[in-house]
Amino acid sequence: MIDPSIRRDFPLLQHYPELAYLDSAATAQKPACVIEAEKRFYEESNANPLRGLYPLSQRATEACEGAREAVARFIGAAKPEEIIFTRNATEALNLAASCLGSSLQPGDEIALSILEHHSNFLPWLRAAEKAGTRVRFIECDDRGHISREAFLEALSERTKLVAMTQISNVLGVENPIREFAALAHERGALFICDGAQSVPHMPVDVQALDVDFLAFSAHKMGGPMGMGVLYGKKKLLAKMPPFLLGGEMIEYVSRDGASWAELPHKFEAGTPNAAGAAGLQAAIEYYEALGWEAIVAREEALSRTAFQVLSALPHLHLLGGDSPEAHHGIFTFTLEGVHPHDIAAILSEENLCVRAGHHCAQPLMQHLGVNSTIRASLMFYNTEEEIRRLGAALSGVRRKMGYAD
Amino acid sequence: MLTDNRSFYNEILTEHNLRPLHKHPLPEADYELRGVNPSCGDDIILRLKVADGIITEGAFTGDGCAISQASADIMLELVLGKSIPQAEHLANLFMRMIKDSISPEEMEELEEAGALEDIAHMPARVKCAVLGWRTLSSLLFEKEEA
Repeated sequence: MIDPSIRRDFPLLQHYPELAYLDSAATAQKPACVIEAEKRFYEESNANPLRGLYPLSQRATEACEGAREAVARFIGAAKPEEIIFTRNATEALNLAASCLGSSLQPGDEIALSILEHHSNFLPWLRAAEKAGTRVRFIECDDRGHISREAFLEALSERTKLVAMTQISNVLGVENPIREFAALAHERGALFICDGAQSVPHMPVDVQALDVDFLAFSAHKMGGPMGMGVLYGKKKLLAKMPPFLLGGEMIEYVSRDGASWAELPHKFEAGTPNAAGAAGLQAAIEYYEALGWEAIVAREEALSRTAFQVLSALPHLHLLGGDSPEAHHGIFTFTLEGVHPHDIAAILSEENLCVRAGHHCAQPLMQHLGVNSTIRASLMFYNTEEEIRRLGAALSGVRRKMGYAD
Repeated sequence: MLTDNRSFYNEILTEHNLRPLHKHPLPEADYELRGVNPSCGDDIILRLKVADGIITEGAFTGDGCAISQASADIMLELVLGKSIPQAEHLANLFMRMIKDSISPEEMEELEEAGALEDIAHMPARVKCAVLGWRTLSSLLFEKEEA
């Protein structure tokens, strides 16, 4: 069971005891073990991985490859070489779009959900533009739900790629990825899943979901910034051209060209973020020690409280699903008559950290007919008390802005 | 701690935001310009009438956060009836108040616009506070230089 004592594992939360950090969907706080693992890498293992023939370089290589094995285990990948390290989920999705996009033909189609973060949206628009292919949008209803019918409507026999998030970073709604991936495969399309908001909050098994690619960031699950993952099925990665060219990704180079290194190194040009890999491995081991059952139970309990507190506030309009289960710790809302940037500033005066704006999902915001919103997002280290403080602060916002109630 | 406990949203700001004096259309304006903060969605259209170098009438429409809307309203209240050089002087004072500091006498010249002094403590919101002034500058002062 997870209770507020878990906050002792997080140095930043200890450093600012008054602070209610409610922006974990943007980036999560880091447990001490992650910070320590990065530090330890530089103190005990720092050398250029893969290159040196001396023991220290071997240690650096092991830090990267050990992390790769940990990631493969964590998301249920069949083989460690299916794990490509990137800077973040954004770079992972750009890699996928760039390298898959190059095999598209005019007349092919890409299907994209309207729920997407810009990072799972813009790379596909560019791939489509380059290849002269059409993009079709998978629409959601006004609560963010994508029906099977809406999904199928955007697909045709020409669809080659389908890109979709597992959990919306704005609404917290979860898409039935296993079902949609199967429908995409029936039509011969590949399925690319953005796991940035799901991998930190629920067990994700790439083989059970049968997705072809999955992207996520270490920093949203307590790992370091600058470290991301692209999972891809080995047979697909093997056929794809490399993304960036340079060191550590070649087998042989001559004046005439090169042959590429084996997976996963073909996609990892240049010196990798080995300390980041060590930090990610520490984050994964931290999750494994807590256990999914405890993490999910704690976050569901916090979600129920947040849903209850926010639903009870007058003038507040919660976007997304009408049950706590439909939110996965993400609560986006507006407050009548007060601009979200002013709300965030007033909450900030009470040491409450929330996000305000379009959350890098402008097509979804346009679809929902809102300009700007507030987002409070939860992680297992948050407390019921923080959520009640948020509710109390929100109930005073309109008065502070000169309204009578 | 990370923040101090003063509330930035004083009565001058909330009053100008909720009950603006100059937020309305202005037909047959001599000058009209849109000012936008793309990252936060503040979006105003400033309209002015100028006769013999004096800003005789002015108004704005649009939407955005309280800081952007109140600041534009306060600015119009201040510059109406002023000459263009006087308005430019006030705009310079306002910018200097936010980026650096001004004397108590200069602060008096800014009247209610002085209520935005503390915006310097909220770097992310400076662009909201200066939106109206920036739009006024592009409309009148930069044009004159060109």
